[in-house]
Amino acid sequence: MRRSSIYLGFSLSCLVALGFLCFIYPHLSAEQYDRVLAEQKRVVRDLQLTDLCLFSEARYTRNLSQADWHAPFQDNPMAFDTFPSGSLVRPTVLLADDTP
Amino acid sequence: MKWLDRQRCLMDFTLSCVWRRKGKNLGFLLVYTLIIFVVCSVIFFSNALRRQADAVLHDAPEMIVQKMMAGRQELMPLAHQEDIASIRGVRSVEPRVWGYYFHPATQTNYTLIGRKDFRHGDDAVEVGQGVLRTWGAVQEDKLYFRMVDGKALDLKIAATFSAATDLVSADLIMMSQATFRRLTGMPDQFATDFSVRVRNPQECTTIAEKITGIVPGARPILREEIVRTYSALFNWRSGYMIVILSAAILAFCISAWDKATGLSAEEKAEIGILKGVGWGTSDILGMKFWEGMTVSLAAFFAGVIGAYIHVFFFSAPFFEHALKGWSILYPSFRLRPEVNLFELAVLFFLTVVPYTFITIIPIWRVSVTDPDLVMRQG
Amino acid sequence: MIELSQVSKVFNPGRHNAFTALHGIDLSIKTGGVTVFKGPSGSGKTTLLSVIGCMARPTTGRIFLDGTEITGLPERFATLTRRQTFGFIFQNYNLIRGLTVLENTMIPAYPTGRNYQEIRQRALELLEKLKIESKVPMKVEHLSGGEQQRTAIARALINDPAVVIADEPTAHLDTELSMELLEIVNDLKNEGKTILVASHDPLIFESTAVDRVVSLRDGKMIDQETPR
Repeated sequence: MRRSSIYLGFSLSCLVALGFLCFIYPHLSAEQYDRVLAEQKRVVRDLQLTDLCLFSEARYTRNLSQADWHAPFQDNPMAFDTFPSGSLVRPTVLLADDTP
Repeated sequence: MKWLDRQRCLMDFTLSCVWRRKGKNLGFLLVYTLIIFVVCSVIFFSNALRRQADAVLHDAPEMIVQKMMAGRQELMPLAHQEDIASIRGVRSVEPRVWGYYFHPATQTNYTLIGRKDFRHGDDAVEVGQGVLRTWGAVQEDKLYFRMVDGKALDLKIAATFSAATDLVSADLIMMSQATFRRLTGMPDQFATDFSVRVRNPQECTTIAEKITGIVPGARPILREEIVRTYSALFNWRSGYMIVILSAAILAFCISAWDKATGLSAEEKAEIGILKGVGWGTSDILGMKFWEGMTVSLAAFFAGVIGAYIHVFFFSAPFFEHALKGWSILYPSFRLRPEVNLFELAVLFFLTVVPYTFITIIPIWRVSVTDPDLVMRQG
Repeated sequence: MIELSQVSKVFNPGRHNAFTALHGIDLSIKTGGVTVFKGPSGSGKTTLLSVIGCMARPTTGRIFLDGTEITGLPERFATLTRRQTFGFIFQNYNLIRGLTVLENTMIPAYPTGRNYQEIRQRALELLEKLKIESKVPMKVEHLSGGEQQRTAIARALINDPAVVIADEPTAHLDTELSMELLEIVNDLKNEGKTILVASHDPLIFESTAVDRVVSLRDGKMIDQETPR
């Protein structure tokens, strides 16, 4: 077997796999995700939620969009006081807009 | 056809050359793949999460009205409910009664929600899956709380939120409003904030202005702003992963540069031999092009496919730690697979193309030397 | 037919370490037959071979190959001529380590754009003819000196060149292996190839296979003899 054949075979199968993952799989699984999304939306509507439950360590990270103006938000990614969510999270648009 | 045959032959040769130093080259390939894997995972993950947030929070209340006092959030007097409801264009005003509960035994923060129309009675709760996972000893389906006055309160778990909703409900503990007030000590005539529904979403800003005029210290937060907050949140360029990664990427660049540019004496001699037996400069450049291409393309494919599987099939377990940070509770969720081809293309041009180039460039100088050097080495 | 007219080669011209390797060589070599260039080391044998083989350009003078001038060709065409017309057997074989005998043999044919299977078949036939077909999948660094040279010969012949150039082919061989080499050379001669050899080994230039011996000293031709 030629080495280039092996390599081209490998590349081609990778390309096919990537094509499947990018274009076909999202459609195949769409229904399942639509169902999940609908359920999440129902809870959000029902309970009038405003935030995702991603960072639960403090109230200004748990409810990012509801945070106080003085909440210790970090404005640079190397800030360490609520590492790492604090560094992942930029000041909310609210805070940036309302700075006097 | 001839061109193709020639390219494939050059590729054969290059692959044989790469293969004879398997250990070194496979190690390099692994590091290369890993970098692409992590960068690509960050891109996939943050984009998918941002899209998810966009979609989910689309159904969030149109407006939340908080009350501020001395720069801090205060409880909202229920008396204002009527005032806001009387503004033209407001469809409904609903007090939200909610807060946080810190569970000392597991050092975890939970979100408490008090509902007026709670179905399971005053001594029961409905909890998110994350609560079940983290609360610790849940005995006889009961959660033991410590009330604001220090007394114990045990509430039965009557229902749970479905696992599918974990992304928004993992840490929720829902109970009747009466129980909530008993537990937290929130007075009857207050709520945490109001959620306001409007007839025409375009009037939100006007209504928000009116509210600030009527309710002293009111701070309206529009849904649009909530969604924007989350869009900004998962901006991958500002992510700390990228910052930490930049060091790794830099190190990789140095090693790639070193590997690609530092031609060993052996390699130089081999290029001399190739020239001697009748290879032209273009053949040698072509061969080196394939060397850069095969290595980086393999790394690209493996990295991207790996990242896809990592993020969309396994929900990015490598990032869980990073996102979790100091919090104990982390929702389990599966992200909807969707790939932005533009970003893949950018990643491709930022990885495969530069590496291929830095492999070719140093060869240029060597490959234009006279082929008779190989004769004189004798 | 290879013709050289007033060919000189100066290394590092115009600098203090300038060195004239060839002085106005006039020579004409008939197609077919074995020509040996003999002379002590530093006499310009190797330089002459590389000038003829389109590997280096002469500083002055002209070279004709079957009536066509090949001096001053652009690199691309010089490469093409070198690949199509000449096959080289280097003094220290210059095989590429880590690759197999077969792969090494096929290398000169890769840039030609010929079909892979065709190249491979040709390589296998050559290796069989040179009696090292059993070593085909072996890496070249595991071969003995004689086997390495046979591989180098097979490599030189893969593009079926009209002219085979060998630089000190017996330098690393004992008498027995040298005799075997001469047999191979004789076979090639009988196939009609022109063979140019640089050597100071009496075993070579006294051999009956050799048609003509050209002596060089200090970059000049001193005499020509035809053994038979």
